[in-house]
Amino acid sequence: MTIERTALARARGLGSAKSGTGHWWRQRVTAVINLVLVGWLIVSLVAMAGSSYDALVAWMRNPVVAALLILCVMNVFYHVRLGLQVVVEDYVHREWLKVALVILMTLVCAGLGLLGVVSVLQIALGA
Amino acid sequence: MAEFTLPKGSRVKKGRTFPAPEGATNTKRFHIYRWDPDVGGNPRMDTYTVDLDECGPMVLDAVIKIKNEIDPTLTFRRSCREGVCGSCAMNINGTNSLACTTPIEDFKGDVMVNPLPHQHVVKDLVPDLSTFYAQYNLIQPWIQTDTPAPTQERLQSREDRAKLDGLYECILCACCSTSCPSYWWNGDKYLGPAALLQAYRWLVDSRDEATGERLDMLEDPFRLYRCHTIMNCANVCPKGLNPAKAIAEIKKMMLERQF
Repeated sequence: MTIERTALARARGLGSAKSGTGHWWRQRVTAVINLVLVGWLIVSLVAMAGSSYDALVAWMRNPVVAALLILCVMNVFYHVRLGLQVVVEDYVHREWLKVALVILMTLVCAGLGLLGVVSVLQIALGA
Repeated sequence: MAEFTLPKGSRVKKGRTFPAPEGATNTKRFHIYRWDPDVGGNPRMDTYTVDLDECGPMVLDAVIKIKNEIDPTLTFRRSCREGVCGSCAMNINGTNSLACTTPIEDFKGDVMVNPLPHQHVVKDLVPDLSTFYAQYNLIQPWIQTDTPAPTQERLQSREDRAKLDGLYECILCACCSTSCPSYWWNGDKYLGPAALLQAYRWLVDSRDEATGERLDMLEDPFRLYRCHTIMNCANVCPKGLNPAKAIAEIKKMMLERQF
């Protein structure tokens, strides 16, 4: 025979995690930084529309440009990771699957971000 | 995973139809959700045709008329019939509202009446709100002080009192929480807009001395941060309150104490 816990016991659950503000705040901050950096990237690329491959490579070899591109890639994938965690927490209700998915997408986002950084470095530093 | 279709046993079937009374010219059809735990089986939509010339102006008037004159088995909650008690919250043509303050003439065609969404149904239009009430209990909706009580009333400036406007009016009808997708998917852990608006009502009360403890209790990825500013709560609130704004203010307080 199963006897359900009281509604109050269920509402209190395991208590508050005493966290969440950091995640929420970082999501907002990275969103604003994204707005600036991705905006800059789009404007820059549109301005260079029609210019040659060499001109683009030369632009990316400017240390300020390379640094901003790296920052942009890292910020985008960090923001993606934060956002995907919220999606997983919203819709996945099996605890083991939730934890597995959060770890998996952290690895995927870190990997893709790293790939972007290495790619920018490779072009910027030249082979 | 989140469920986007109803489980087999919850799918709503077509129910009985009650025709218009003889000689009625100004009629309207009400499709009402019916489920009786003593009978079991799937829920059904019964259709009642009401003579509007012999009926009050609000949806609650029609529902009461149906119970009194057509089908006494119809079950629902109601008490004050003037938007003060919050008992007759139901989903009317897709929007949660109080049946007693929703005019029938707001709807051109038929009127569809369902219980508040995503709660267990006790019977017909009566949802099980025990979790909702437990979550209200959780936020400790009473003043908490360590300073010994004064011999007279606890004073509050006019400005501080004004901060409670838009919060104290909440009647806990559950329209907001049960309209919130985050509450649908995670209603066991997310406190929902109603409880959080009530929490903020005590967080901004200048007389309360437990602000930090209250924030500690709310600081949680699920209890507070499941709010994604969807705004259904503000959209449906029959008292015109804005729980989403109250939740945003709580998040600002959370941040403020970190800097």
